[in-house]
Amino acid sequence: MKRTAADEAAADGAAADGAPTQPNWAGALLRAQMRNLAPFLTLIFLVVFFAIASPSFATFDNVGNILTQVSVTGIIAVGLTFVILCAEIDLSIASVANVTGIAVAYFTLQESYVNIANVPLPGWAAILLSLALCAFLGLVNAVGLTVIGIPSFIMTLAMMQIAAGISALLVRGQIAYKVPELVSTLGSASVAGIPWIVIVAAVMLLGGHIVLTYTRFGRYVYMVGGNREAAEYSGLNVKLILGSVMVIAAVCAGIGGMLGVAHFGSAQQNEFDTYLLDSIAAVVVGGTSLFGGRGGIGNTIVGLFVLGVLNNGLDHVDIDSFLKILIRGLILLAALIINVYAQRLRATAPE
Amino acid sequence: MPQGAPVLELHGITKSFGGVEALRGVDFALRAGEIHGLVGENGAGKSTLMKIIAGTHADFSGRFMLDGCETRFRSSRDAIGAGIAMVHQELSVAPDLSVAENVFLGTQPIGRLGLVQWRRMTREAGEQLARLGVDIDPRQRMGDLPIGLQQLVEITRVLFSGARIVILDEPTSALSPPEVERLFGVLRRLRQEGRSMVFISHFIDDILRVSDVVTVFRNGRKVAEMPAASTDKGQLIHAMIGRGGGELEESYTHDIVLPRPTAEPPVLRVARLALGRSLRDVSLDVRPGEVLGVYGFMGSGQLDLARVLFGKLKPERGELAVGGRTVRLRSTASARRAGIAYVPESRRSMLFHQEPIYKNVSISILDRISSVLLRPSRERAIAQRQVQQLQIRPPRVELDLGMLSGGNQQKVGLAKWLTYPPKVLILCEPTRGMDVGAKTDVANIIRELRSRGLAIIVLSTEPETVLSLADRIVVLKRGMVVREFVDETVSKDRLLQVA
Repeated sequence: MKRTAADEAAADGAAADGAPTQPNWAGALLRAQMRNLAPFLTLIFLVVFFAIASPSFATFDNVGNILTQVSVTGIIAVGLTFVILCAEIDLSIASVANVTGIAVAYFTLQESYVNIANVPLPGWAAILLSLALCAFLGLVNAVGLTVIGIPSFIMTLAMMQIAAGISALLVRGQIAYKVPELVSTLGSASVAGIPWIVIVAAVMLLGGHIVLTYTRFGRYVYMVGGNREAAEYSGLNVKLILGSVMVIAAVCAGIGGMLGVAHFGSAQQNEFDTYLLDSIAAVVVGGTSLFGGRGGIGNTIVGLFVLGVLNNGLDHVDIDSFLKILIRGLILLAALIINVYAQRLRATAPE
Repeated sequence: MPQGAPVLELHGITKSFGGVEALRGVDFALRAGEIHGLVGENGAGKSTLMKIIAGTHADFSGRFMLDGCETRFRSSRDAIGAGIAMVHQELSVAPDLSVAENVFLGTQPIGRLGLVQWRRMTREAGEQLARLGVDIDPRQRMGDLPIGLQQLVEITRVLFSGARIVILDEPTSALSPPEVERLFGVLRRLRQEGRSMVFISHFIDDILRVSDVVTVFRNGRKVAEMPAASTDKGQLIHAMIGRGGGELEESYTHDIVLPRPTAEPPVLRVARLALGRSLRDVSLDVRPGEVLGVYGFMGSGQLDLARVLFGKLKPERGELAVGGRTVRLRSTASARRAGIAYVPESRRSMLFHQEPIYKNVSISILDRISSVLLRPSRERAIAQRQVQQLQIRPPRVELDLGMLSGGNQQKVGLAKWLTYPPKVLILCEPTRGMDVGAKTDVANIIRELRSRGLAIIVLSTEPETVLSLADRIVVLKRGMVVREFVDETVSKDRLLQVA
């Protein structure tokens, strides 16, 4: 009805003509911050809980352990944060990490007892080729998503299998150990007592944060995630932005994979399988919306520590190791519930 | 002219929405074997009355008589049970199911084992369709049929489910002339069977061709009811918009003089655009400092035309030139780069409700006001200027857009294009749903932009919007330009006559 709509608009106008009332403001602010607050409170709760439950948890050494343990996940999660902010998903990150790690070893001279028909190249070439490989796989994801129009869930599911297939063909069930000097330094050495891999993760998280918060591209990512239709009607190149985040995710995964291989000391099939769930969990538990447009690297860092503290803490308390898997699952479920609930709060906010 | 007693009779129906009366003391009668045409402007009350008949609105005052007995439907389920069904403009078909499944939607014949009896379903669906003279293979996929046939299948479905009163809402707007003929053939056949039909349409010619009786609504009242044979288009339009008598302050019943166009070369020119059913051979142009109005009913192709002009839809054929240079719009981004701006009809599809005003204002010009790094202070300054110029309330650029009223949001939607004015500005329904004050504000903004030399295209289904804003008017009908008004006098009558 034309007339009733006009009336509503008039009524709205009257209500919003003055400055909005104060209590409304506080309520809206609290609702908006709910998403960021809940994960942070969870983290504090877990830290306090494990500190009380186990004397060995809250030690300086253990903080270092946790940092190292979350580093590979953190590197992979940087790119995934971009993807999820755009309301897409990438299920191929763990496979892409795996194949990139294997590739960098494949292009490195192995000891004679390693039975792989590999192609030894200089270290810099091996690294560049491996980076090119993961970027290419990300590009395939991007083309599938934006040009062909395959939903990212399905496209990256296929890519997960493709990347796993390439891994299998490269190592053929064998294990490689050697990686280029630079990779093994960054993956397994320390400087001034701090593991390089922690530094790399911190730098990449910081870089991701800067890109998302202070660059035009970052703004576009949030806007595309917030309302894709409006982004398109604002004249943004939505497909280019979606394609870019898929490539970013694959390259971050590839870097995580190379350093991970150095960190673990070997490159083999299915080495990164748990990292898919871990990185998705880190991003989502941290409070980044699966519906896009809300969240960021800050949330991912909190999510990483929630998972890291949980995994590490469960090792410090006397608990059935099989039960740990269940507990992790339940924590993830709780985070998803909060995620959806926060989304709903936002949807009911006055418009 | 069927005689017979009315199957449906309504007396003194009044219905209001939140204090606004949509219907005021309306009487309505429908006889068996009658096709009853219903005309009136948007918001005149046609749809409200039909929703009461179809049981969607249960809360109204007045008497509702079915077969001479007073009845009250509590839901649309009750109405369907009583044999009243509505076929909406937006068809509710399942495109991926077969024609037979669509005919039997929700009522598939089930055998003893609880399995669907496919053969029986196909056979009976075929019989039903043949009875209406519709020749379709019931095993065909619904989505593969043209719209006209899909509509006939839907009509078959509601008849098959036992409807004896069928309400058709704008059934011809998406149909080609032969399809309209076939639909009318089916309606006449149903009339012979003694079923009753209500035919709502903006297409007065169609109404006159098939109806027995025509009822006219205006401002929630029934203003005329007459046999179709003894009236004509001019008389009906006259009754619809009502002359004089202090109806509305600006009802545009008087003539409007369109100015003589300038001699400047057009900044945007489209030639022979074609896109499926919605655009057939559309050519038009717009000059700098000119507002081109594009008027047409819902479904006449304006929406798709606007989307083609902004690169959202790709035309199958046709050419588009900006500033004399042919361009191919591969995306909305390329349209923006070519100097075209677009304000869609819905706020939801152009604005970011969870983001502050300044981000909404700057989104389309970020590449001009920042390079790699953002410059938030500059964004805020630019937004502040627009907010002041357009008098957006409250004037605080940090505020989330969702906190603004609808009219103010609409202004933000305009503001985002104004810092670096485009060559061509396309506005879809720029004042729909606004109160008078906001409408005036928007009209002033549009005139100001015109005086700055922008070429502006205003597309609307409301004649008033086009008449109050445009310097030149193009009328679209079923995807074709049927008339251009330029340098002459025009009135609402004349627009409705040709549309």
